[in-house]
Amino acid sequence: MDNYPALIVVTPLLAALFAGLAAWIKERLSYPIALIGLAVSVYSAFKVLMQVIASGTIHYRMAGWAPPMGIEYSIDLLNAMVLLIVSGIAFLNLIASYKSVAQETNDRAGSFYTIYLLFVTGLLGVTATGDLFNLYVLIEITSLTSYAMVALGDQDRGPLASLNYVFIGVIGASFYLLGVGYLYMQTGSLNMADVADILSGIHGSSTVLVAFILMMIGIWIKMALFPLHVWLPNAYSYSPIAFARVVAPLMTKVMVYVMIRMMITVFGFDYIFKTLNLSHAVVWLATIAVLAGAIMALSQKNLKKMLAYIIVCEIGYMVGGAWMGNQLGMTGAILHILNDALMTFALFLAVGNMVYKLKKVDLLDLQGLFGKMPWTMAGFVLAAFSIIGVPPTCGFFSKWYLILGAFEAGAYHFAVALVISSLICAVLFFKVFEICFFEPMSEGHGHGDSHSLVAIEEAPVSMLIVSGLVSLSLIVAGLYSGTIVNTIILPFLK
Amino acid sequence: METIISIKPLLAVLVSLFVIPVLISSSNKPNVRESWIFVAGIIKFILVLSMLPVILSGKQIALTLFEFAPGAAIAFRVDGLGMLFAIVAASLYIVTSIYSIGYMRGLNEHGQTRFVCFFALAISATIGAAFSANLLTLYLFYEILSLATYPLVAHHQDEKSRISGRRYLTFILGTSIALVLPAMIYCYHVTGTLEFSTAGIFAGQLSKPAATVLLLMFVFGFAKAGIMPFHSWLPAAMVAPTPVSALLHAVAVVKVGVFSIVRVMTGIFGVDLLANFNLGVVVMCIASVTILVGSCIALSQDELKRRLAYSTISQLSYIIFGVALLSPQGQLGGVIHIAMHAFGKITLFFCAGAIFVATGKKYISQMSGLGKKMPFTFAAFFVGAMGVIGLPPTGGFYSKWNLILGTLEADQTIFMLVLLVSSFLNAFYFLPIVYKGFFGKSEEENDDTPVKIQEANLCLVIPLIITAIISIVLFFYPTVFVNLIKVGLGI
Repeated sequence: MDNYPALIVVTPLLAALFAGLAAWIKERLSYPIALIGLAVSVYSAFKVLMQVIASGTIHYRMAGWAPPMGIEYSIDLLNAMVLLIVSGIAFLNLIASYKSVAQETNDRAGSFYTIYLLFVTGLLGVTATGDLFNLYVLIEITSLTSYAMVALGDQDRGPLASLNYVFIGVIGASFYLLGVGYLYMQTGSLNMADVADILSGIHGSSTVLVAFILMMIGIWIKMALFPLHVWLPNAYSYSPIAFARVVAPLMTKVMVYVMIRMMITVFGFDYIFKTLNLSHAVVWLATIAVLAGAIMALSQKNLKKMLAYIIVCEIGYMVGGAWMGNQLGMTGAILHILNDALMTFALFLAVGNMVYKLKKVDLLDLQGLFGKMPWTMAGFVLAAFSIIGVPPTCGFFSKWYLILGAFEAGAYHFAVALVISSLICAVLFFKVFEICFFEPMSEGHGHGDSHSLVAIEEAPVSMLIVSGLVSLSLIVAGLYSGTIVNTIILPFLK
Repeated sequence: METIISIKPLLAVLVSLFVIPVLISSSNKPNVRESWIFVAGIIKFILVLSMLPVILSGKQIALTLFEFAPGAAIAFRVDGLGMLFAIVAASLYIVTSIYSIGYMRGLNEHGQTRFVCFFALAISATIGAAFSANLLTLYLFYEILSLATYPLVAHHQDEKSRISGRRYLTFILGTSIALVLPAMIYCYHVTGTLEFSTAGIFAGQLSKPAATVLLLMFVFGFAKAGIMPFHSWLPAAMVAPTPVSALLHAVAVVKVGVFSIVRVMTGIFGVDLLANFNLGVVVMCIASVTILVGSCIALSQDELKRRLAYSTISQLSYIIFGVALLSPQGQLGGVIHIAMHAFGKITLFFCAGAIFVATGKKYISQMSGLGKKMPFTFAAFFVGAMGVIGLPPTGGFYSKWNLILGTLEADQTIFMLVLLVSSFLNAFYFLPIVYKGFFGKSEEENDDTPVKIQEANLCLVIPLIITAIISIVLFFYPTVFVNLIKVGLGI
């Protein structure tokens, strides 16, 4: 069947519609519909990835309309990979969400699933589309749904965090749209491939320069690159955990994908690294983002907030790698899209399990957690090692490429920042481990009965299995990073 | 050199890993759990030994698992040096397992299942490090070892172990991320490979200042080797239960650090490059400072385990010192000290633990007269001490003999003084313990009451007798280890 590219995006959309309708009849019906919708999407994404690996880029025309008039989905190795990541994580998260959604949003589960599916549809669309304006529309779909989701969360602080998010999000989208407008003015086209063709002749144009800068700022706001990150920590930590688990790993990573797409496909390396010569400045910006994110994470007292700032730090990794101007850096950035999505997902899954049992996750609430929730903590520890960059977890291997790229470009400051951020992450996570491992106020030599046996109170099995599998996948992804780089990333960059 | 592809190194690493789920599932049945440890330990030892004849015949055993970039793979390669280290670690693991049953049960420690699981993980990582074919794999196992030993160091879960655990990680994990990781990636950036080879990997691509900086990053970065000023984690780690101090902080962990430095010097830089840039002397100076200062601090420690820890710090630098001599005899003396020191020092730690379990005493000043009550323990302590000082008839003599010959061979007579002074200091901080133990007056009792023998339980005494005997045997039969080193270093 040739319609897999459309199915990836269309099934979650249809499922959203039906899940919303079904909730009118019976609240419980919406969950299986959502599950089926995403399962089809994952399967299609897998098929498409295999097809792209085997026979190259797929151009899919919506309803048969030819570009530049019609909307084209153009799926190459890069977005085939991101599509699979997005649909896969969304699907796994749905499995883990069954219990926690019921707990957190009690009577609103139906609307939760509807919005969730629309959000995922938006992300998948952003990734698949080959059209600049279409991209804007889909970004807005993801954004609007996430505003709603954040507002669904924490009763007290959710609405304010959401409002904040709306303001900044709208500004970001406007920047992007304005940039697209300038580009349309200059080229008269919105199809990415078409625009790229036209642009290659007019590199000196100042209109193009303005368009590029506006679009980049818009994208950076949406991806929360420091210092444009201020909306992220509150939005992520006050939304329902079932949503935080999917928005944290996916939203920023998809925006990194969009940035890389603009750099490689639309504007082209020559334009960015030869004509503009901005890479030095941006790599410095990324360096600061890495350090600032890590340092801000240090001062957090809430686990969710801490992880949110780690995301800000990791964004710096990917921006720095992408702007390094060499193949190694770009390889690192793309590999880190996959790895960081997996690691963040694993961390938030573990946090989700904790929230399910403990309700809130201020660091001091976590005492004795190794005894109480050993499996959850095992998953958390693995994910933390991956963030720190301990081999053989996948976080090590993307860091490897990023540092190698920095050496090749002579950007030693970026390499130093990566090392320092690893050290800070080690401090951060061991601070958490200490709280979970040591007993408060205990004195003297711990023998026999002075240690009371803690009863195990774990999260539901469905959540544990997903969290365990994703954490193990960090090691698998790490061991097979060679394969991933050789079959997906390097062929894409050539 | 002929290379045989075999899955044995992988199995030797994995066997203790596979046994961990079994250990967890039998956590309510201590006897079943402990017997599984022995099954795994013995299988591991047999697997290691089964590779010995091949290695002695001058071949190597290799296995590549995951090639992640050209020249950077997760791969095993068993050569003479790795084999030597693996034999020491795998054999002592079995002995320590016996000891640890006696110790943990004798003190009714909590969390014994967790303890044995992380112990098994740590020993897996040690064997992995011994068999690593390249720097990347070595780094991988090095890091796993650091993390696996943290719960062992912090075993008591009290305030003291929290502080020590923090210091342990800060030094070990901190230096490896801050120094080794960038240095390793820089090596790869320059050469495109990380594979160990006796000729080194740089082939003239490195200037002298760059080589010096890189080498120093490695030497200090592998902080498990306890080179000053990154040594203070080791005395701190002594809060751990004694089996951990014995196997991990006298043999496995610290020697993985030393082994890594030896690998980098002989396999990444290569003896020729170090000799051309005259870097051997730099490392020897660093090692000499650690040897002498470590011995001096050991003199001032009253807590027995801490004295042993400082002694270890000083002895570890003997190994680095020997390799940095860059002469065949010196390298032989240095590397063989990995084995000789291991058997001597583990005996001493076993004794310290046995004394603690039997009498609750930790401080040397409390131990006078104790030798009459615990004659076997103190006799073994004497043998272990002779091994560390380097007196015949123990294996330690063999390594010190070769080290001294090495200084003469390399024409570094001045450094010979370091060895002699240090031996003197060693004798000074060990022998009074033995002397006072046997001939001193005990605090509680008068001389008139007949002394009853009150040894610790058999699980504690048998291991320390075994390791003491091996220390002596190695004086007469060091041949296997010597041949392994000759094959491994090509000397």
